[in-house]
Amino acid sequence: MPVIHYIQADGAEYEADVAVGSTVMQGAVDNMIDGILAECGGSCSCATCHCYVDEAWFGKVGEAGATEKTMIEMAMDPQPTSRLSCQIKVTEELDGLVVRLPESQY
Amino acid sequence: MQKVIIIGSGHAAAQLAPSLRKQGWKGEILIIGDEAYIPYQRPPLSKEFMVGKKTDDEILIRPLSAYGQHDISFKLNETVVKLNPLENTLTLSTGESIGYDRLALCTGARTRKIPIPGSELEGVFYLRTIDDVKGIKHTLDAGIKGRAKKSVNTGDSANVVIVGGGYIGLETAAALRKIGVHVTILEMQDRVLARVTAPEVSEFYQRVHAEEGVQIHIDSIVSHIEGEGQVSVVHCKSGERFDADLVIIGVGVVPNVELAEEAGLLVDNGIVVDEFGQTSVSNIFAAGDCTSHPNALLADSLTNGRLRLESVPNAMEQAKTVAASICGQSLPYASYPWFWSDQYDLKLQIAGLSQGFDQVVIRGDHKNSRSFVAWYLKQGKLLAADCVNRPKEFLVAKKLLSRGDIVDPDKLVDESIDPKTFLQ
Repeated sequence: MPVIHYIQADGAEYEADVAVGSTVMQGAVDNMIDGILAECGGSCSCATCHCYVDEAWFGKVGEAGATEKTMIEMAMDPQPTSRLSCQIKVTEELDGLVVRLPESQY
Repeated sequence: MQKVIIIGSGHAAAQLAPSLRKQGWKGEILIIGDEAYIPYQRPPLSKEFMVGKKTDDEILIRPLSAYGQHDISFKLNETVVKLNPLENTLTLSTGESIGYDRLALCTGARTRKIPIPGSELEGVFYLRTIDDVKGIKHTLDAGIKGRAKKSVNTGDSANVVIVGGGYIGLETAAALRKIGVHVTILEMQDRVLARVTAPEVSEFYQRVHAEEGVQIHIDSIVSHIEGEGQVSVVHCKSGERFDADLVIIGVGVVPNVELAEEAGLLVDNGIVVDEFGQTSVSNIFAAGDCTSHPNALLADSLTNGRLRLESVPNAMEQAKTVAASICGQSLPYASYPWFWSDQYDLKLQIAGLSQGFDQVVIRGDHKNSRSFVAWYLKQGKLLAADCVNRPKEFLVAKKLLSRGDIVDPDKLVDESIDPKTFLQ
């Protein structure tokens, strides 16, 4: 099962086994990792699962879709590698993925 | 060891239990739910789950193992019949009595039942739980006597009649159109979403649903449902009749307050809690759809300073507040409500509460396009925004609400102005 690394704003690191087909958001929720709120449960409606994809991984993860891009633009402190983690589907390719979580989702 | 019992296994419970651990609760945590399932997402029930795009496992909020890792246990399929606050115990329907140190009522809401003759017929459903939707799917999949999604009455595509043009009814209609059944919505008011939106928004949804092939009948009050064992026709007071292989009734919910009420807790359109989620009994807390709670941020829109919300984000926020209170910390609840509804290609995101508005202004073309914003104002101050396929305006509206900024309505509707600039 792919391992995803979550790094919180204060530097605390967690790694979680996340099933292929699940999402980076769901991996955080399943493992009760703080920093991802996911109020809408993954329907790209709330922008409370914002994360920064590690630069080395951004090519593999890919760009956000149009709605997601707009949501990110309005999220707290967006960066060039920002994504909404509910829209990142976990694949074998993403085994080892590193994402950083923002200090706040609001 | 100290023990927290959570009654109810919905979104509030699913947030409360892990939040208790995060806040440092070392004692036992037991969730008692009257459904057979660990907490699952309700919003997909009227959407992806209904049309088979998501399975049982895929709508779980998190898998059972995640709760196990945090030493959170469940009693499922169990109904609490009585609270005994003086003894700090509760009684299950089996007669078993369980003691607690802190109790959290996350009892949610149940569908409002309407006393229509014939509503007990086979093929008549309400929609709130996973089992409700399994029943609906089973009826559709079994093809009403073997012919997939075909009507037993006519041999054509099955006819589904939805009673109630609220969000649940509209979302269900959109989901069912995807699988090609005929859908009719019967709404007793003179427009859909009458209770929660401006006429312009109702008009928009009526247009889109008509474009998608849904028959909407307003001012239609159901008088009785006809059928021999299985439903066949829905009759309205006007004399109109609608063929039906399946009827789904979505006319709102009522909060589950009876346990609290019978135990002597204060109840007023919901279990009364303060901003810390505490009920009128000091070691009993409540969170989610079942609560009547204060919200200082909404003082302008509330008549008696309290409200009850049917909302996932609210359930999650209140649960965090209750977790803090139980752990002896203070996290007073004060959030702006927000809601969402996905239908067809429409992503509706609602920021704030529109009740009490005295002005509505529209950004975009709600009459011809599928993208616009209805801004709700009261004495020039923004109360809420219904944003259809306008994620940017939605997030701007959330921020405007939390800052209390005043924006000239002429600007709100001016498409040449980037909504981001409203924040400056």
